[in-house]
Amino acid sequence: MSIGATNARPFLEIKDLNVRFETDDGIVQAVTGSTFSLEKGQTLGIVGESGSGKSVTSLAVLGLHRTRSNAKVSGEIWLDDEELVTASDEQVRKLRGGKMAMIFQDPLSAMHPYFTVGSQIVEAYRVHHPGVNKKVARERAIDMLARVGIPQPERRFNDYAHQFSGGMRQRAMIAMALVNDPALLIADEPTTALDVTVQAQILDLIRDLQEEFGSAVIMITHDLGVVAELADEVLVMYGGKVIEKGPAVDVFQQPQHPYTWGLLGSMPRLDREVRDRLNPVKGTPPSLINLPQGCAFNPRCPYAGRNGDRSFTETPELRGDIHKVACHLPAEERTKIFQQEVLPNL
Amino acid sequence: MLAYIVRRVINAIITLLVVTAVTFGIFFAIPKATGSDPALLYIGKQSDPAAIEGIRQKMGFDDPIYVQYGKFLKGLVAGRDYANGPDVTHCPAPCFGYSFATDQEVTPLLLEDIPVTLSLALGAAVLWLVMGISFGVISALRRGTFIDRAAMTTALAGVSLPVYFTGLLSTAIFVYWLGWLPQGQYVPFLENPADWFVNLILPWVTLAFLFAATYARLTRANMLETLGEDYVRTARAKGLTERVVIGKHALRSGLTPIVTVFGLDLGALLGGAVLTETVFNLRGLGYQALQAIRQNDLPIILGVTLIAAFFIVFANLIVDLVYGWIDPRVRLA
Repeated sequence: MSIGATNARPFLEIKDLNVRFETDDGIVQAVTGSTFSLEKGQTLGIVGESGSGKSVTSLAVLGLHRTRSNAKVSGEIWLDDEELVTASDEQVRKLRGGKMAMIFQDPLSAMHPYFTVGSQIVEAYRVHHPGVNKKVARERAIDMLARVGIPQPERRFNDYAHQFSGGMRQRAMIAMALVNDPALLIADEPTTALDVTVQAQILDLIRDLQEEFGSAVIMITHDLGVVAELADEVLVMYGGKVIEKGPAVDVFQQPQHPYTWGLLGSMPRLDREVRDRLNPVKGTPPSLINLPQGCAFNPRCPYAGRNGDRSFTETPELRGDIHKVACHLPAEERTKIFQQEVLPNL
Repeated sequence: MLAYIVRRVINAIITLLVVTAVTFGIFFAIPKATGSDPALLYIGKQSDPAAIEGIRQKMGFDDPIYVQYGKFLKGLVAGRDYANGPDVTHCPAPCFGYSFATDQEVTPLLLEDIPVTLSLALGAAVLWLVMGISFGVISALRRGTFIDRAAMTTALAGVSLPVYFTGLLSTAIFVYWLGWLPQGQYVPFLENPADWFVNLILPWVTLAFLFAATYARLTRANMLETLGEDYVRTARAKGLTERVVIGKHALRSGLTPIVTVFGLDLGALLGGAVLTETVFNLRGLGYQALQAIRQNDLPIILGVTLIAAFFIVFANLIVDLVYGWIDPRVRLA
């Protein structure tokens, strides 16, 4: 970015992103019309069930769909004033792992079993610093291992992924992602495979490193607790669409979409009396091949019939100023339902 | 790592011992149990009783089976003397005894055959590895395209067609119709490398076709599985070029199962490729075994069986060691 740039485009801007996969069973509409943006130093949480399109969105940003011949991506992805959907494979490859990096869910399967952890970090560094010799790259890798809190990094450098504990492995994965000082870091359920005490450590680590590096972070999760802890802004996805979006505080304190209520209601809480059961969102996520007519959430929505047939015929648009929601219920009615029916049960 | 190697070597030796015991038992105990006299097989049915008794003494056929086995093992390791009074024949190690049919020492006979089988098996192995793996990888990367389908159809044909069919067909075409290649006859490598090569082309290709087909299918399946692995996605996410992603990250684990199969296949082939050797008139171990079976020549059958077993056990040992080197997770196990 030049200093004199008048372009006020956000650091990351996604406009009307559509991702679909052509399969033998039909077209899977994985992401539909996703639009959001993110500035450096900010954290965006993307929340949703499996198959809601949250991971596919991040894979599209990194251009990892490109190796799948059946994937079709349309819309715009702007990273630091560079458009990525229309960019060449080589252009995107050079950004991948450099300006934008990713942390994956299960670090045991995400690391190559036959190469040492150190050599995999060195490889990530050298591909973006071709002139650097092995010794310097090795020092850089050891330095990164130390930064993410791995004890005896010189020794662990030569270990394989299976010799690490789960938490250490995820730290090493983070070291690998951060080795090139990425400006955008996407973390795809980084704590799902870890036990609870380690989860908190990893989240702290990501937050500390974000402050240190000033990167933009996208945190993909189905765990609202994680988002509450880290995110500045939250995106709730359902059936491949963004259905609620807003500052994290607003989304948590005044959630607008019945699906978000469901997500909050299904969270186990230790600070409340133990109820008989958790309140899961009833029903199952929709098929992305045959999305329900109208609002995709209508088969599971307890309020779907309240506005006549609209929920079954018309797809709600994402509306609102800062806090947006895609729901046919009028705002006053939503507030009323939330106050009277949902909040007391949370 | 050293402990791992030692453990594997000890395993291999024990396996070989068991194999010799079982084979020896089958070949010498069963004739005894069924009442056929090995001494008679040796000397021919018209011999006088004194001569038969002499052979029996000399070969020790009257000894208990475990004594015979002990002497046999000693012969293998240190050589042995067959003695009937002043009539002593020394058989140097490794001693497999004497052919029933020709009274020749078995070991030199087999040693003569090994280079033929070795030439055939190694040459074919290089061919089928290169062809099988490259077609398998290309098929996996171009999954569902014309190239993939063509390669897999050819592979199916390769697996289905027996060697005596492809071998005879290719001989008919390249030797008789087109006259491009000589009528097969083994020429030792040291005698004339060019003739050695030219004469082995058809047997190599025929044998390799059969195996390449299996390897192409196996490689394709393994590569497709590996390409879907998380760590391949990670490699791409790091910004590595597709060449490194495929050639280093995917191939490394995609080819690991091939190592196992290759070790076993090569080991088995070194014990004699019976069909190919017969079709192309190559006097290797497989050919020798076939002749021996026709003539009921037990010592030669025993010898070929043990050599084949040795190659298989040895190949297995190598596979285990290579595996430990490829996959760090195996080393600790």
